Amino acid sequence: MSVRVLVAKVGLDGHDRGIKVVARLLRDAGMEVVYTGLFQTPETVAMAAIQEDVDVVGLSMLSGAHMTLAPLVVEALRERGSDIPVVLGGIVPPRDLDELKALGVSAVFGPGASAHEIVSAITSIVTSRS
Amino acid sequence: MLDSKCTLDEGGDRVATESAQERWRRLFHAAPIRPGKFATMSGIPLAPVYGPSDAEFPGVYPYTRGVHSSMYRTKLWTMRMFAGFGTATDTNTRFREIIRSGGTGLSTAFDMPTLLGLDSDDPMSLGEVGRCGVAIDSLADVRDLFDGIDLGAITTSMTINSPAAVMLALFVAQAEESGVARERLGGTLQNDILKEYQAQKEFVFPPRQSMRLVRDTIAFTAAEMPKWNSISVSGYHIREAGSTAAEELAFTLANGFAYVELAREAGLGVDAVAPRLSFFFNAHIDFFEEIAKYRAARRIWAKWMREHYGAKDERSWQLRFHTQTAGVSLTAQQPEINIARTAIEALAGVLGGTQSLHTNSMDEALALPSEKAARIALRTQQIIAHETNVTNVADPLGGSWFIEELTDEMEREAEVIFAQIAKMGEGSMLEGCVRGIEENWFQGRIADSAYELERTFNSGERIIVGVNEFLEGNDEDDMATLRITNADERKQLGRLEKVRRDRDGEQVRRALDRLRREASDPDVNLMPALIDAAKTYATVGEMMLTLVGVFGRHVEVPSL
Repeated sequence: MSVRVLVAKVGLDGHDRGIKVVARLLRDAGMEVVYTGLFQTPETVAMAAIQEDVDVVGLSMLSGAHMTLAPLVVEALRERGSDIPVVLGGIVPPRDLDELKALGVSAVFGPGASAHEIVSAITSIVTSRS
Repeated sequence: MLDSKCTLDEGGDRVATESAQERWRRLFHAAPIRPGKFATMSGIPLAPVYGPSDAEFPGVYPYTRGVHSSMYRTKLWTMRMFAGFGTATDTNTRFREIIRSGGTGLSTAFDMPTLLGLDSDDPMSLGEVGRCGVAIDSLADVRDLFDGIDLGAITTSMTINSPAAVMLALFVAQAEESGVARERLGGTLQNDILKEYQAQKEFVFPPRQSMRLVRDTIAFTAAEMPKWNSISVSGYHIREAGSTAAEELAFTLANGFAYVELAREAGLGVDAVAPRLSFFFNAHIDFFEEIAKYRAARRIWAKWMREHYGAKDERSWQLRFHTQTAGVSLTAQQPEINIARTAIEALAGVLGGTQSLHTNSMDEALALPSEKAARIALRTQQIIAHETNVTNVADPLGGSWFIEELTDEMEREAEVIFAQIAKMGEGSMLEGCVRGIEENWFQGRIADSAYELERTFNSGERIIVGVNEFLEGNDEDDMATLRITNADERKQLGRLEKVRRDRDGEQVRRALDRLRREASDPDVNLMPALIDAAKTYATVGEMMLTLVGVFGRHVEVPSL
């Protein structure tokens, strides 16, 4: 069965080039991809992820709000009893990586991450859960 | 030296007997020239422009070679560095630093909540206050933003779109409070809402309601602010979102045509609005393609304004533009090499005849620029301006078989796209642009182009130094980047709370009531009501929410 991914834009950040490109690259790799659209809240993303029964949630953040918003998405999922892993892509300075991991973000893809790197990281996260 | 064959009609227009070269010569000799020796480093004297007598010439229709006859011999481009972060007080410090280092114009970056018309204390603003730009909630913030800066003496560019009318109102209110009449204010409001739906995605109201606000700002500035550019028609974001160079060119100019048609519907002639439109293009890394794009842009605009829209004023034909180097071309890997990318891109902008330029900082794939990185970016422009000698000759690449052919090809590709947009609008570019947005046509094309380009990076067909080749050095120490903490957010919340406490709530309520009433009548210009509301310390969020109550909100249908 193919991997199902929800890709989401949380908050006010309208940069959607990266998320659309990555969504297509994931599809090329045989994954099923659902896109939330812009301006979502952590709650709407958590609900959509559970409803769509996805294997992983991918967030795209380029405005610098990732330290505030990414952990809130993890929290919103856990509050609803879901352990769906959350990964993050975008403009994330290296100094934030450890803290994001500690707050429950499973993987972070910075600028320049290749399609191969993203696909294989998501695949291994999903495989290790099942 | 006036050419003997030259006679002028009343409007200073050329007469049929005057050739492009003769006209150029007349204009050039009338232009003020900055002091300096126009020669190579070894002393070879340089002409202001080169070409055979039957060539196109700068300053002469259709302006392929530049809008001014003397180009940078009269005045270098404006080194306009975009800045904004934290609170208004923080950004004011950066503005003063820019002016001290020789920057000649200000350009304000607003934070995401401000760009979307939300107050800093709105729940949706959490984590975003002061992060991507400066947080502006009310007149109090605008006052601190420009503290100690003479708004009558420096030009100010404000990069804001959905709440553009609100920000213009705040700016006018602040200037008048500090004793500068609105007539004296020079600058640019980005105010290009069409590209928000197409590319940048900072929209609030539905497209057609947004266009009413654009119309109001065009009409207001045409009547009351003679030195103000009402719209900066922006291809920058279209390109950053993933379009090709030809799409950037065509979508941007089509949007420009749409604003001209919008103004015409509001009873403003093309010559009342076109001279107030300025343009904003990307300078990407494909050097010659970018230069050809700028040349084609000027030629297309001139032809369309004159032949299609019947503009008589030469200033309507002249496409003036700002350039910013391509943020999307910067890499997080080995960030110092971004200085080289930016220098090459900036040079393309200059050889393409830009009127102003922003150079990105090397650390912008990681964070907002640090002060040092921003200074190096400005220094890059100063090297081009003062050391390379490229400013001596207008359109130095004009006449190159390659550049001329590439310019023609850009124009042909753009015309194909214009025909598609006109078809969507049944002959109207205004309607075509709006329908193209409503039907996700622009958004789909941009996403397709972005994806195609990404595939060439992933396959290794295209090399990006430090990303898919030449990786040695990628593991070196991290660069120190600017850190915006949540402390700025808390500081701004405190500032906003004080504004709400100190103002006269009844006055605010009355001002917002008037705004609501006038918004429901599409024939009323909303600028006076907005300026009055700004003066009562009504917040950006309050004014925008009042308008949302009348106009509704835009929701983009998600598509991949």
